[in-house]
Amino acid sequence: MYSFEPSEEQKMLIDAINRFAVNDLRRKAHDADEEYGYPKEVIEKGWELGVLQASIPEAYGGFGEHSVLTGVLAAEEMAYGDFAATLAVLTPALFALPILACGSEEQKQTYLPPIAEGEWQPYTAACIEPFFDFDLLDMRTTAEQKNGAYLLRGEKIYVPFANEAEQMIVYANLNGQTQGFILDCNASGVTIGERQKTMGINALPIYKVTLEDVLVPAERRLGGIEGHDPTPIFDSMHLAMAAMALGVSRAAFEYSRDYAKEREVFGVKVAQKQAIAFMLAEMATEIEAIRLLTWEAAWMVDNKKEGASKQAYLAHVGAMDMAMMVTDRAVQILGGHGYIREHPVELWMRNGRGFAMLTGLGMI
Amino acid sequence: MIEFEMPKPIAQQSYVLQTVAENMMRPVSRYFDEHEHEIPWDYINFMHMAMRATGAGSLAPPPEKKKEGEETEEKKEKRPPIGYQMLAFMLEMLSWGDVGIYLCTPGGGLGAAAVEAAGTPEQKQKFLARFREEKPVFAAMAMTEPHCGSDTSAIRTTAVLDKNTNEWVLNGEKIFVTAGQKSLEESNGFVVVWATIDPSAGRAGMRSFVVEAGTPGVKVTKLEHKLGIRASDTASIVLQDARVPFENILGSPEIQPDTSKGFKGAMATFDATRPLVAATGVGVARATLELVKELLAKQGIEIRYGLPRAKLTNVEREIIDMEVMLRSAWLLVIKSVWMADNRKPNPLEASMAKLRAGDIVTRITQKAMELMGPIAYSRDYLLEKWFRDAKITDIYEGTGQINRLVVARNILGYSGRELR
Repeated sequence: MYSFEPSEEQKMLIDAINRFAVNDLRRKAHDADEEYGYPKEVIEKGWELGVLQASIPEAYGGFGEHSVLTGVLAAEEMAYGDFAATLAVLTPALFALPILACGSEEQKQTYLPPIAEGEWQPYTAACIEPFFDFDLLDMRTTAEQKNGAYLLRGEKIYVPFANEAEQMIVYANLNGQTQGFILDCNASGVTIGERQKTMGINALPIYKVTLEDVLVPAERRLGGIEGHDPTPIFDSMHLAMAAMALGVSRAAFEYSRDYAKEREVFGVKVAQKQAIAFMLAEMATEIEAIRLLTWEAAWMVDNKKEGASKQAYLAHVGAMDMAMMVTDRAVQILGGHGYIREHPVELWMRNGRGFAMLTGLGMI
Repeated sequence: MIEFEMPKPIAQQSYVLQTVAENMMRPVSRYFDEHEHEIPWDYINFMHMAMRATGAGSLAPPPEKKKEGEETEEKKEKRPPIGYQMLAFMLEMLSWGDVGIYLCTPGGGLGAAAVEAAGTPEQKQKFLARFREEKPVFAAMAMTEPHCGSDTSAIRTTAVLDKNTNEWVLNGEKIFVTAGQKSLEESNGFVVVWATIDPSAGRAGMRSFVVEAGTPGVKVTKLEHKLGIRASDTASIVLQDARVPFENILGSPEIQPDTSKGFKGAMATFDATRPLVAATGVGVARATLELVKELLAKQGIEIRYGLPRAKLTNVEREIIDMEVMLRSAWLLVIKSVWMADNRKPNPLEASMAKLRAGDIVTRITQKAMELMGPIAYSRDYLLEKWFRDAKITDIYEGTGQINRLVVARNILGYSGRELR
């Protein structure tokens, strides 16, 4: 059957996240962007909503089953508050979810309980590389098998909380296939660089990480000695971006819609001009269309349907265009005011461009 | 629970309809495109027979009679209703075959949908039963007039009640009536005609009337020559003192001052039909995209998914964008018919689906031709036909602009007066 109604449980989760997004994140997003970070309490409060914990089974210290669809709903709602904050709250998922999806039994037992049972801790992952054609499927960071261990070499950027993290997953190219490796951040050859500044996620502390002949024991390859199929990780990364793009776009749409209904022009509200009203109609349609595509992809991943990975990729591609279109128009609808940092739409436009190139920075 | 599992009855129906599309539509697609105004009777008779046997595709209510020992309605109601979903899938698949020929499908089309949406139970019984008869029957909707299209409240066709005979007397001219000829001249069908019962009342005076074939004073005066969907007749109809029984009015015969309830009630028809028209556009878009991928594969080009855009070829990027457009538009259609099935008000979603489908089918067919170059421009393939067929999706059943207006009014909470 087809159905487009979230379950009661999902609705309760969305409601709780919505309150956090509106009351905490939206109010603090501007200052957090200008001041390069959120107070720890905010991140902790977001963590206590239990989005990740509810994705980890009881056997590993959590209290639920992993559902990408629920993750999509949750990520949209939190990103409706703020994109950078959502990435920060969910940073431990970059470490926990790959282990949950692809890790060996031993790895799950070792790493998941301390994350699921504890407060927010800076577990992280290094994925993105400094090249215009950075490709999840063909990374330049390499893993080479040597004396029963792996030697990692390469350069990673945008690694959240790398300065505080003790453990991270590093993705590297092993004979043409992307594989994850669980790394001690203070291992020999790992250099955490300066904090990086970007156009639109200032509130998320991100770092360059250089790997010079870093030795990783074979059993710390994700999935154990046998390794793993990276597909579930890519699906989750694509859908995380799509979901957060939906949240940011919805925020931008609603703000510009409400502004247009207040702002007077030539004796009427600016929203009463078709030039503006049609822009808003197209924004709303675009968001709804891409939301359904994202939901379907997430449902397909959860139900292990054929073509699920392709669908997750399509959802992400659609979402990056949606986000750029919607956030650009939100600024345009506010006119000169949209360009001023007192209004949030310029931040959303800076966020909006990011969904095309920040794949790997979020997982659900 | 959010779910995207195609219901089994729909999967079975799709399987059958694909065979029809492949064997009865595609082989004659070009012929009927080049022989405008010829009627595809083979397809029509086959579909009528098949739909009569299976009950598929019909909006007509089931016969009243119930055999003893038969399951009660309550028992049957256990499963969520999927009638509109079935219909949307059917239209999508048939339009994938050929949208012009699909428009010749007997069973009532938009005319029956209007009766279904706005008629009383008695009216439904009276007007929709004919679609189960032995011979194929058509129905149509007549809205547009020579001087007005989208601005339907400006129509001039009048309906005056003759109190002596208790009949409505209709006068006026209608154009662009899809299947108007087949409804009035080629079968025992009807046309739902929009008219005003009080020209001074504006929208509040708008009503629709069921005008049956054989009504004296009703005449098909012209068949249009069109850019595409040439298998489908687009008729002009003149009504000259055409008399229909009192009970053929859809909606209330009273004028309610200061409200446009009658008009709105009648406009509700579009909430049901817009997603269905959108479904036909999606069918054309899917046919196009599939053929393009097939032609590319013949030259050894497979689309690579999962790569950053910077690594894709232009052809790959275009195809991937088309897939996003196609699937997301189709999901909007499914959601809006799912809402209709579950009796959730869907004017916003119906218009979103329609505007999106109109956008993407024109875009996809135009881009597909650009990508396939000289091959596409040739009549050896159907790409150029689909390009011509596609455009109507963005025009009929509310242009893309009208649907933007509907969406805008909904999201802004504006009335027609506040956002003109």
